[in-house]
Amino acid sequence: MNSCVKMTVLNNYLNNNNMKKITLNVSVIAFVAILLSLQSCKPKNAGNAVSSDAASKAYVAPGKYDEFYNFVSGGFSGQMSVYGLPSGRLLRVIPVFSVDPEKGYGYSEETKPMLNTSHGIVPWDDLHHTEMSQTNGEIDGRWVFGNANNTPRVARIDLSTFRTQEIIELPNSAGNHSSPFITENTEYVVAGTRFSIPPDDKNGDVPINTYKQNFKGTLSFISVGKEDGKMDIAFQIQCPGVNFDLSHAGKGKSHGWFFFSCYNTEQANTLLEVNASQKDKDFVMAVNWKKAEEYLKAGKGRKQAVRYAHNVYSDKTHTATSEIKTEVTVLDSKELKDICYFMPCPKSPHGCDVDPTGEYIVGSGKLAALIPVFSFDKMIKAIAAKDFIGDYDGIPIIKYESALYGEVQKPGLGPLHTEFDGKGNAYTTFFVSSEVVKWNIKDLKVLDRVPTYYSVGHLCIPGGDSKKPNAKYLIAYNKITKDRYLPTGPELAQSAQLYDISGDKMQLILDFPTIGEPHYAQAVSADIIKGKSVKFFKIEENANPFVSKGESESKVVRSGNKVDVYMTCIRSHFSPDNIEGIKMGDEVYFHITNLEQDWDVPHGFAIKGANNAELLIMPGETQTLKWTAEKVGMFPFYCTDFCSALHQEMQGYLRVSPVGSNVPLLFSTGKNYPVADGAAKK
Amino acid sequence: MQKKKLQKWVQWVLFLCGAILVAVLFVPLWRIDLVAPQYPEGLLLLIYPNKIGGNVDIINGLNHYIGMKTLHSSDFFEFSVLPYVISFFAAAFIFTALFNRRFVLNILFILFVSFGVLAMYDFWRWEYNYGHNLNPDAAIIVPGMAYQPPLIGYKQLLNFGAYSMPDIGGWIFVTVGALLFLVVITSWRSSKKIA
Repeated sequence: MNSCVKMTVLNNYLNNNNMKKITLNVSVIAFVAILLSLQSCKPKNAGNAVSSDAASKAYVAPGKYDEFYNFVSGGFSGQMSVYGLPSGRLLRVIPVFSVDPEKGYGYSEETKPMLNTSHGIVPWDDLHHTEMSQTNGEIDGRWVFGNANNTPRVARIDLSTFRTQEIIELPNSAGNHSSPFITENTEYVVAGTRFSIPPDDKNGDVPINTYKQNFKGTLSFISVGKEDGKMDIAFQIQCPGVNFDLSHAGKGKSHGWFFFSCYNTEQANTLLEVNASQKDKDFVMAVNWKKAEEYLKAGKGRKQAVRYAHNVYSDKTHTATSEIKTEVTVLDSKELKDICYFMPCPKSPHGCDVDPTGEYIVGSGKLAALIPVFSFDKMIKAIAAKDFIGDYDGIPIIKYESALYGEVQKPGLGPLHTEFDGKGNAYTTFFVSSEVVKWNIKDLKVLDRVPTYYSVGHLCIPGGDSKKPNAKYLIAYNKITKDRYLPTGPELAQSAQLYDISGDKMQLILDFPTIGEPHYAQAVSADIIKGKSVKFFKIEENANPFVSKGESESKVVRSGNKVDVYMTCIRSHFSPDNIEGIKMGDEVYFHITNLEQDWDVPHGFAIKGANNAELLIMPGETQTLKWTAEKVGMFPFYCTDFCSALHQEMQGYLRVSPVGSNVPLLFSTGKNYPVADGAAKK
Repeated sequence: MQKKKLQKWVQWVLFLCGAILVAVLFVPLWRIDLVAPQYPEGLLLLIYPNKIGGNVDIINGLNHYIGMKTLHSSDFFEFSVLPYVISFFAAAFIFTALFNRRFVLNILFILFVSFGVLAMYDFWRWEYNYGHNLNPDAAIIVPGMAYQPPLIGYKQLLNFGAYSMPDIGGWIFVTVGALLFLVVITSWRSSKKIA
């Protein structure tokens, strides 16, 4: 700024009457000085935004633990990543909706069923949002849920094993975006369809431009077992054909209600960027799910024939099972009048966030230059007084002003998502103006704003969408990375930014790159989760049908052209490690049990020419790799996970002979049988 | 007071010693703590009167690299005898208190000390055998290296630091031994005074 001041001084000097006396030389110097000072008047970049104590705030000393777990959606990677905060260190990538050859997820016989759907095995998806289970509106640390955006599904990850435990597919849906948001006691996980489509039991082979007649939007309410977390589609609500975007459950006084943002109320089926941006206002839909439960009990639902997969992984059998279900109960929002209500919301609303008290619902029109805040109490009064301005496809539209608490004026451009600190403040991201803005909920005044690098999408405050935020940090998940890190060609890592929000002013303290493309994330105090982390699986509880609970149980069994290898591994050998008598075309199933009973001693298994992947087998676990003998010859296998000083010795051979060969089936470890056939003897 | 009898408080001390010796049956006598760079949480070998406990399987898994025999409770005849010996001493202390004769106290002292010495020798013998009788086919053979854990105290064995020391049961034994020594001495002195 100093040089800007100097420039003004110079200008005054040049305008001064004494100008004529100044030599040419002085004029040149002045001109250069002006140019230089103009340069320094350019807007400041991030270098200036970081204060000197930022490093110490984000520093976690070697060997020390982070304060928070951060469960971040992997976007188009289909996985969920786990970071430590405030360090931003990547702790683990949990495979959820995409295969992961590194871990054998989706490749081992045991995990293949996890990715089964009504369309068969789907090896990739797009995980957009994470939501942790809650009890009384507080994060309880039992499970974290994730949504599949492409082939609509919801997954439940167990936080004692950090593994995907269950995946349920959603019928009547396409583009499961407003998901997996939950109610305050995890009664339900919801899933609102982004694309409206003809319902699954109707003929979908209709002209696309019959959207208005044939397309419907569906909201799914998935019940979650209180103890075991088991998911089941309790009911679906059929709604008018629009795009459902995001959602959040009511809490406290508004418990029993769910709020969904909707856009494309123009019901366009082409060029949505223009055709779905016509109306000044779209809607936030309020859903009275307690009322829906009553209708369900009263038998008002229609049983609809559908097909959807329900996949469950067992930590006892170490195996997933997939079941195709064929029926779902659908409630009609048009017929059952008092379940759904529309609240007008400016300009294609995106984020739909409820404050910790449950009174304020923040809608964020992604093309708007203001933030509307709705009042739950006012909404209830308006519904009681039938203060409606009409209906949309049979659903009453509440008068905007009657449900509105107020608008935040001039907050920024393009509000997307809002989280809360539990101290009466809200934090909203702005994609277009690339910033996070802190504002007070009561008086709707802007308190602070910080730039993000660049164009922030979602944000996360630990517990920031629950009743009890733990508002020490705020993480911004940005959509554009550009020059934030060393360049890596055209494809860059996504960028997240950590802000300290413990004081009045938000303070940028760390940048960290992320996998895939993070959308929504959740964070929770490490104390709630770290103590219950499983260290290994007890071998005596292993109920895999192909387990070998000791080397004496290892064996090779042929039935037709299928060969089951019951193999064990322990530092540092496989048993058996010499296998002969495999014939061309045999389907060999390696059922590998890790006999270790200690923390952090996984073994890996890889065999030459495998067309699938490797296995990583945790202590006490059994995993199976299918391998087909397609060439005669010698096939080495080895342990891929450096397990001990003798890891490089952990290997074996499998011999493949031609069809009709008389090589007997032999298997051994540590001993040599007499040479079995003449060919080898010379 | 007759010089052949015990003082009241000595009888009480003997009673108490007998009682706490019963507790020894249920707690570990000795512990060996093992620490290595890869085991920041440490490994623990516990020796109970009737078994070995702690991370036995993990220690056995590691010992196979150096060719040490695996540890199994059933390999030690001591575990079938020790509970009886401890019970005998518990009963002997109470008997000595009730019988109330100084010569019995002296016999008890000699027996108890002899047992202590014998037990430590036996422990050392096992440690020597396990540490020296190694499988010649072991993966890791360091010429001249033996893996005998210390009888008491600290010793570095390759990448492991081994700390050997009494556990609760052992400390009870030491305490009882010290108390026994104390009452033997004081009883002897007071008998002299009366004389």
